[in-house]
Amino acid sequence: MADVVQRWEMPIRTEDDVILVRRKARMLAQERGFDAFATAALTTAASELGRNALVHGGGGGALIEHLADGTRSGIRITFVDRGPGIADMARVLAGGYSTARSLGLGLSGTRRLVEEFDIESAPGAGTKVVICKWTRY
Amino acid sequence: MSQRGNIPILRVGSNLLTTIHIDLHDTIAEAFQEDVLVAIKNTGAKGLVIDITGLEEVDTYVARILADTGRMAALMGAHTILVGMRAEVAATLVRMGFAMDTVETALDVDDGLAMLQARKALGRK
Ligand SMILES: Nc1ncnc2c1ncn2[C@@H]1O[C@H](COP(=O)(O)OP(=O)(O)O)[C@@H](O)[C@H]1O
Ligand SMILES: [Mg+2]
Repeated sequence: MADVVQRWEMPIRTEDDVILVRRKARMLAQERGFDAFATAALTTAASELGRNALVHGGGGGALIEHLADGTRSGIRITFVDRGPGIADMARVLAGGYSTARSLGLGLSGTRRLVEEFDIESAPGAGTKVVICKWTRY
Repeated sequence: MSQRGNIPILRVGSNLLTTIHIDLHDTIAEAFQEDVLVAIKNTGAKGLVIDITGLEEVDTYVARILADTGRMAALMGAHTILVGMRAEVAATLVRMGFAMDTVETALDVDDGLAMLQARKALGRK
């Protein structure tokens, strides 16, 4: 079982907010001993999901949690927004599909960067995405 | 060179060199792309080296801005070489399914400039 050691709630209302969430994730990852590859994976995922919450979800927030399970450290980030939600989840997760004429690689790509990925969304009910990454030892 | 944005673009011989040292977001990215195009226009540069050594992460949004900048420069007759991508950035982009295959890449600024010189010697545009 993983314990939550510390948690930070951050708003996502502007592009600068997305950058702050990503920087917080980077600082924490480096402090907890994540290597350069794991750190880049986590912070890139945070950037994709933060931007989605802002651009597609109309803004929301992020909860960053430092987890410990006795031997390893984990970083869990939850992104929530109260936007339009995702109607065609299967299509979005397959990748290459975007309603914003961008690349459509954010969600499908993010999934491959982290150990845990969970998404909940319904049309009109907003979107919640949880990702988690652990140190190797 | 006169610029709208705050990412400097320098002239190096017959080429341009720009170093991205700040987070690219919408407003900054647009100004940067316009500055690059104006600089190509004003100098007639045939080559552009974009140095991203300073970027600790490149998400699909920023990757697209970089690739688009290369495409815009190509329309103005300049060849772009993206240099300085960190190993962890390259790994992350490929894992996400982003192929940076519309822009040529090189390890560092020296290699990038050497590649542009070699192109010039071959008489390619
Ligand atoms: N938080 C969100 N709220 C509503 N729709 C979203 C959200 N995140 C993603 N989507 C939908 O999923 C699509 C794919 O997202 P993504 O893979 O990040 O690619 P992109 O952001 O380039 O469109 C988006 O175009 C959008 O339709
Ligand atoms: Mg996205």
